Amino acid sequence: MARVMVMMSGGVDSSVAAALLLDAGHDVTGVTLKLWGGESDSGCCSVSDVEDARRVAAQLGIPHYVFNFSDDFDANVVAPYVDAYASGETPNPCVECNRTMKFGHVLERARRLDYDFVATGHHARIVETAAGPALARGADPAKDQSYVLYMLGPDELACTLLPVGELTKSEVRDRARDLRLRTADKRESMDVCFIKRGGREAFLSARIERRSGPIVDQHGEVVGAHDGIDSFTIGQRRGLGVAVGERRYVTDIAAGTATVTVGPPVALLQDRLRLRDVRWTQPPRRRPISVQFRAHGTPAPATVDGDEVVFASPQPRVAPGQVVAFYDGDVCCGGGLVAE
Amino acid sequence: MPDSVYLDHAASTPMRPEAIAAMVPFLAEHPGNPSGAHGASRAAKTALEEARESVAALCGCTPHEIVFTGSGSEADNLAIKGAAWAARARDGGLDRIVTSGVEHKAVLGACERLEREGFRVTRVGASTAGIVDLEALAGAVDEHTGLVSVMLVNNETGVRQPVDEIACLVRERAPGAVLHTDAIQAPQWIDFAPVVSEVPLVALSGHKFGGPKGVGALIVRDGIPLVPLVDGGGHERGLRAGTQNVAGIVAFAAALRITHDRRAEETARIAVLRDALERGFADQIPGFAVNGTPDARVAGILHCTFDDVEAETLLVALDQQGVMAASGSACSSGAVDPSHVLLSMGMPRRRALSSVRFSLGYASTGNDVDAALAIVPEVVAKLRAG
Repeated sequence: MARVMVMMSGGVDSSVAAALLLDAGHDVTGVTLKLWGGESDSGCCSVSDVEDARRVAAQLGIPHYVFNFSDDFDANVVAPYVDAYASGETPNPCVECNRTMKFGHVLERARRLDYDFVATGHHARIVETAAGPALARGADPAKDQSYVLYMLGPDELACTLLPVGELTKSEVRDRARDLRLRTADKRESMDVCFIKRGGREAFLSARIERRSGPIVDQHGEVVGAHDGIDSFTIGQRRGLGVAVGERRYVTDIAAGTATVTVGPPVALLQDRLRLRDVRWTQPPRRRPISVQFRAHGTPAPATVDGDEVVFASPQPRVAPGQVVAFYDGDVCCGGGLVAE
Repeated sequence: MPDSVYLDHAASTPMRPEAIAAMVPFLAEHPGNPSGAHGASRAAKTALEEARESVAALCGCTPHEIVFTGSGSEADNLAIKGAAWAARARDGGLDRIVTSGVEHKAVLGACERLEREGFRVTRVGASTAGIVDLEALAGAVDEHTGLVSVMLVNNETGVRQPVDEIACLVRERAPGAVLHTDAIQAPQWIDFAPVVSEVPLVALSGHKFGGPKGVGALIVRDGIPLVPLVDGGGHERGLRAGTQNVAGIVAFAAALRITHDRRAEETARIAVLRDALERGFADQIPGFAVNGTPDARVAGILHCTFDDVEAETLLVALDQQGVMAASGSACSSGAVDPSHVLLSMGMPRRRALSSVRFSLGYASTGNDVDAALAIVPEVVAKLRAG
């Protein structure tokens, strides 16, 4: 039996995670993070989600606490998110939240409070390797979330449990229904938790000055205009407002001149990708591995050399700031962020 | 050593046995609606009015000046919105509200709502001792002021506010203004009848002095016009429609009676316990400081800061050892926000987030203090060590 602090978002996965930990005989405490106190209080930290988590904890008979990390969340997740868009990047705030909040502040607080493990409802597994515990893809390929946890290395994983990673999503829901948990049929949250219905552009335009600029083609010819670079991401096709003969995609965003470049699909392809903040959580692999650059994207074969990814065959361009995760089979070995 | 050490009486007290005994017949035996015309209704009405008379006698007002509500927050809201709306209806120029930054959220929230309706709200700060800044208040109150609201005892620090001086000041500077005081933390510690003689609107809440949750009262002195929040059947002199919570009101009155009768004895006993707790912490815990001036603090509250300890973490660690305390004011989600009271007293945010309230009440014993002294210093030291 171990003392486990399980982070309960008020969703079905973390509800079932708590139940599975209890089944395994652990001494379990539920915590819900209040991350966002701003006006867009609509997502994973809304009062009704806290209430769901609290009720599930009560049904399971475990103590439940709410941790107010809204100051830290603002500094570690929201501010960098806004800054990234302002500089033409496409950030992944959920990854930053996992890194700095769930497996940063919460893990530290759990250790302080003498817990042996933290747990979440992420669909990923922890496997033992020669180099210590490693993150691996969840049992349900359609729901695998190892990508957003790519930064977890042996230090964090040694005190982490991911109980629902062994189940498929439908098994999780079945389990929740069997236990009559009120979150059993709750719909999944898909959006960035701190952005409400007004959407990303409204959120950003309240925080950064939007700079209009030209839309140019691959030859530098002006083909349109835009209200702000934060409306665009590399590979975007919709909402360009550019009427030309064939399909055009965003191929480049230059923050300095507020210029958005569009081009045909072929202009999106690249055979190399420069990364920053590369972190290997496993011994670096020299041989070809697979590289994933979208949350549910198909991984592409590639080799990683220093901070450069070399694809076996050309791949669509990826926006700066996006996460690239390295996989050796099912084992996540690390990753990095796309550099400019 | 007790299994659980309840040191959160300022949040809610256990019900006094006498209050439970008083309410049970009105839950178990008497079905009547006090507004009806038959025997069962008469029984309920008699109990309701006897309770009102009893409360009025203890408050130093007449029975018809007592308006029972569904909570202390409702009493505050009725006072603030009711008086502000009535003032503006009487004279469109009376659109100014003056309150303090250390008020309970029921008061601050009501004022915010009025601000959105076009009232001008001034919130004066407090000294580091926790006392509302009288000079700033005097500067803010003028002939446009329709309402002034300052609490009698702060719910976090336990510091008593100079409401009698504020009453003088309002009379001098703002003849058109009505003064309200949230006295919800007062009854256990203070004979507040003298305050009622000076202040025309006074809010109370049953569960802060051994009564039930879900019953509050607003004292509305004669001639003070209020616009009701709930319209309907004319209950409570037309100021609060809705069938009265007879059982709860009977228990409220019983609890207030016992609290009044035992106040001197209980306050003296609890002050000794609180002081022992404070001294024990001060002796055993470095980086410990008390918040709120001891010169004006009620007997049951020890609000303190533990340097370099997150209150949120400390409260979890204490709860796991059975010690129940509080920090700041819990928001609806249960998360701990930095206390607006401490911030209003000029405390830096970081210190505010390291501050905890231990509050004793009539049910507290020496065993509770001994247990807290055995547990809290050790937990604080451990959290600091990481």
